[in-house]
Amino acid sequence: MTEHAYLIPLLPLFAFVMVVFFLRWKEPLAAGFSIAMILCTWVMSIWVLIETLARHGEPYEFFFYITSFASLNFEIGILVDPLTAMMLIVVTTVGSCVQIYSLGYMKGDPKFSRFFAYLSLFCFSMLGLVLANNFFMIFIFWELVGLTSYLLIGFWSEKKVAADAGKKAFITTRIGDLGFIVGLLLVAAYCGTFNYGEVFDKIGAGVMPLGVLTMAAIFLFCGAVGKSAQFPLHVWLPDAMEGPTPVSALIHAATMVAAGVYLVARFMNVFIGSADASMVVAVIGIITSVLAASIALVQNDIKRVLAYSTVSQLGYMIMALGLYGYDTAQGHHSAGYVAGTLHLMTHAFFKGLLFLGAGSVIHAVHTNDIQEMGGLFRKMKATSITFMIASLSIAGIFPLSGFWSKDEIVVATSHHPIFMVLTLTVAFMTAFYMWRLCFLTFFGEPRDAERYEHAHESPKSMTGPLIVLGVLSVVAGWVALPWLHHGFSSFVYHGEVHHAGPNYLLMLISTVVAVSGIVLAWLVYHKKAISADALAEKFRPIHTLLYNKYYFDELYDLILIRPILAFGRFWWSFDARVVDGMVNGTGRATILWSDLKEWFDVHIVDGAVNGCGWVVNQAASKLKYLQTGAVQFYALFMLLMIVAVALFKFEMTRVATTWPVLTAIFFSGVVLLGLLVRQTANKKKTADVLESDK
Amino acid sequence: MGILSSLIFIPLAGMVIVMLIPKENKWAIRWTATIFSGIPMIQSFWLTWDYFFNYSGSSAMAYVEGPFNWIPSLNIQYFLGVDGISVPMLFLTGLLSCLSIVASFGIDKRVKEYFAFFLLLETGMMGVFVSLDFFLFYVFWEIMLVPMYFLIGVWGGPRKEYAAIKFFLYTLFGSIFMLVAILVLYFTSEPHTLNMLTLIETSPALSHTLQMVCFIFLFIAFAIKVPVWPFHTWLPDAHTEAPTAVSVILAGVLLKMGTYAMLRISWPMFPDALRTLSFWIAVLGVIAIIYGALVSMAQKDLKKLVAYSSVSHMGYCMLALAAFSSAQAIAGCMFQMISHGLITGALFLLVGVLYDRAHTREIALFGGIGSKLPIYTGIMVFFSMAALGLPGMSGFVSEFMIFVGAFGALNKVLVGISVLGVVLGAAYMLRMVQNVFLGPFNEEKWGGLTDINLRELVTVVPLMVLTLLIGMYPKPLTSLMSATLENLITLMAR
Repeated sequence: MTEHAYLIPLLPLFAFVMVVFFLRWKEPLAAGFSIAMILCTWVMSIWVLIETLARHGEPYEFFFYITSFASLNFEIGILVDPLTAMMLIVVTTVGSCVQIYSLGYMKGDPKFSRFFAYLSLFCFSMLGLVLANNFFMIFIFWELVGLTSYLLIGFWSEKKVAADAGKKAFITTRIGDLGFIVGLLLVAAYCGTFNYGEVFDKIGAGVMPLGVLTMAAIFLFCGAVGKSAQFPLHVWLPDAMEGPTPVSALIHAATMVAAGVYLVARFMNVFIGSADASMVVAVIGIITSVLAASIALVQNDIKRVLAYSTVSQLGYMIMALGLYGYDTAQGHHSAGYVAGTLHLMTHAFFKGLLFLGAGSVIHAVHTNDIQEMGGLFRKMKATSITFMIASLSIAGIFPLSGFWSKDEIVVATSHHPIFMVLTLTVAFMTAFYMWRLCFLTFFGEPRDAERYEHAHESPKSMTGPLIVLGVLSVVAGWVALPWLHHGFSSFVYHGEVHHAGPNYLLMLISTVVAVSGIVLAWLVYHKKAISADALAEKFRPIHTLLYNKYYFDELYDLILIRPILAFGRFWWSFDARVVDGMVNGTGRATILWSDLKEWFDVHIVDGAVNGCGWVVNQAASKLKYLQTGAVQFYALFMLLMIVAVALFKFEMTRVATTWPVLTAIFFSGVVLLGLLVRQTANKKKTADVLESDK
Repeated sequence: MGILSSLIFIPLAGMVIVMLIPKENKWAIRWTATIFSGIPMIQSFWLTWDYFFNYSGSSAMAYVEGPFNWIPSLNIQYFLGVDGISVPMLFLTGLLSCLSIVASFGIDKRVKEYFAFFLLLETGMMGVFVSLDFFLFYVFWEIMLVPMYFLIGVWGGPRKEYAAIKFFLYTLFGSIFMLVAILVLYFTSEPHTLNMLTLIETSPALSHTLQMVCFIFLFIAFAIKVPVWPFHTWLPDAHTEAPTAVSVILAGVLLKMGTYAMLRISWPMFPDALRTLSFWIAVLGVIAIIYGALVSMAQKDLKKLVAYSSVSHMGYCMLALAAFSSAQAIAGCMFQMISHGLITGALFLLVGVLYDRAHTREIALFGGIGSKLPIYTGIMVFFSMAALGLPGMSGFVSEFMIFVGAFGALNKVLVGISVLGVVLGAAYMLRMVQNVFLGPFNEEKWGGLTDINLRELVTVVPLMVLTLLIGMYPKPLTSLMSATLENLITLMAR
């Protein structure tokens, strides 16, 4: 079967294509086909798991297609190793439950078929991501997961908040992807290949200097920060709860956000090369965990509490993996890898269950606000019981699955006291806020009688998946019982198998922490021995800060979004005024220049031409009076000229003396002429006057 | 007449025939134009097919026609031929021209002149991509300006005259520099020639100064066409004012002529100058990527947004061209040219579809029309995703190849900055999608909108198919170009 594992992602893709192009108009058929396909992949995943177990976890790699382009290989292939096998089970199990659940939840929605198409597309992307055998392919599916989450979060796109949340999710995760791309580029530049095995071998052989490796690791981790909603890119996940609840369960609790954790686990060989990078990972993980858990303490929206809980739990996993990388880089053994991956699995089940349970509650009371619920246990037995099982599990109560994975995480922090204290603090907060949720929702008196009246248990298609996930929330952790020598830690591991026996002291401590959290919640919200309002009043500033989620959204809006938008507008006006201004300015300057030239042309150049004409004209108008017709005048003129020429001719050599004489003669001639002309003109005038008088 | 000549002259013949049809007979004109752009389209498909199977193994020019003496006294020749970088461009030109003509059926004003100009435009574009004589190339390069000027200036939007004149003069301004470079090359070659292939052989022997001068002059001419920042401001105006089909041609083909000419002419001719200036070219590319994206984000007009996104996307081409020593980058540049032609061409078509119905392109006036026009919205979201580089579509392939290639060949920090374009691209595209298609729907205002019709679908669907095809399986395209690109890289490395 493993050699046909490529069918696992392809079947949901097939379902997507079929639903979009052929089955869209027949809603039951569309949903049925989609569910059938995901169930097939579920069966195949189990089969793959069994085969992987039978191979003792030996990785199985299969290439479909390798193309080399300019000395860089691009591959399509699959890699099935224990981590993959585990993830396949997680994705297909939760995926199947969610799709079946959606039958009831989405009933009557006008975009019912489309919802199933998107779910199938999501499963395709996620399964492809898990099965990829190289960095390039995982990035492709990574982006497709981003796309489908965009489509699903914004599924009810008529609601502005939903559309906003989709956009926010896509862009925020893309900021992380920015780092992912740069990480990929570094990998390609130094290793010349994208294949996991080859890259890890080359990194092991030291092709990357330590500084570059650290940078590459941190950049790759950026991708995980975006997808797994780690600080400081965690802001999209709580908003993503605007999507339909099954989506929240599938994507934002169980699978897609797990992709980031999977990525860190998958690239662990990169991280163990650099203790610094691993420490960054661990620190980001624990910051996220504390931050999100503290926010979850005071939220009133049932889905938001769960969303912050998810962020917090993801921080746990990331921290465990980071500590593993750090310890391994230092040459110590660490339980972090096993802890992180185990918690990834157990969390997927109980968090999927919590979301589906929340969906069932919302379906019944039509509100998300836990302050308007209460006493629902009496009306919704199956939902309440499964929800509480999951709450116990996430709180880490023996012997539910969450206990074992959380215990592993605590063990992983054993060399790092600060981390351990913070981890236990988060465990306490987790137990508290989960049970605050349970008490407010299911117990006490109904705070909104009308909503309570109309509440009813959800249909079988919805409670069925709850029960399946409930069972898994109990038993999934048992694969890692510390008394088992061939349990989870010898199946999914990194480096050498390292099996530490049970640590009863830590088990005791974490149990005490969890129980005290639950007890406190019981005292505050059920027994009302301590007034929640009084507490809130006493710690008003902290409460306000937490209630407003540390003002991250406002902060980002202020320091990032507005400045970038303003920056865009600035460059736009720069473009219009300066860059285009220069172009238009050049144009205008040219026009001005040609205007100037036109003036020059009209007044100077053409002026000179016209001036010549004018001068000739003027001269002619004056000189014409020389033509008098008086013979004496002509004779005099001839005489003068003859004299002039003669003088000129003979006295040529004596220029100095001749010229004044000549000039004198000439001018006297001219004067004479003038007089003559005047006289004749006068004569002529009088003649004309006389004539006209006649 | 060989196939390349027929690619040039069939649209020209079509133009003549269109002019002979009485202007009242609009349908005859439209269909004649369709047929005479359809034939070159089919020819260009066949050419791509045939080239792929028979010629793509070598970098030699295929389907060579000539050199025939054209102006013997100046040794100017009619010389045509294609290789791995021109064939995809011909494919794109053939396809987009025909689709644009189909998309222009809605034009009702002076139909005859419109289609005549459009066919003349196609002649010019085809000519540019097949010419191997620099003078011939120049002639085609200039010929295109005339129909383009009238297409924008007569059939354009409110500021059409301004946009048309700006486009015309700006390009012409660049052409002067090209002409000077042509003259320099002509007079420095012995015997005087303008045969590009010969010039590529001989011109690296020129002095460094002369190479720099010619390179910079040619760069200015080509950069205006691309357009490279800061020569880009004609583009938003021309795009916004031009009728839909002309915007498609502008974005889809005309911009590529700039990058094509760099790759065909100035890059291999002046490797010395290229080496000296490559860093600055990369800087211009990165500026264009970031700047174009930021400015796109601030746009209020749908068409202007797409226009500025073109500036950003062509910036990737410049970045790739600066990384001339990397086969991945150069191939990425070719991919980006093709993919931008497909995606942006489609986006302009789609914006036109909406504009035809709503008579406005103001983003803020829309909202929630996704529920009213589901098919249209689906296609628009598809192309928005393609434009922001989603894997599985052609834009991703090109961007990724460019990043990988440029990262290895250029300053890593610079390329790292350019990756920011990926986030900004997502931001402006998704903002647009959200503001136009998602959110609450204004029934009163947009209740009368109708979904995309069959003719419009016919123009867009081929582009969708190609975008997906190249995105899913880029191998055929890489193998079509690889021999030519290898040869080019050796030439540029001289």
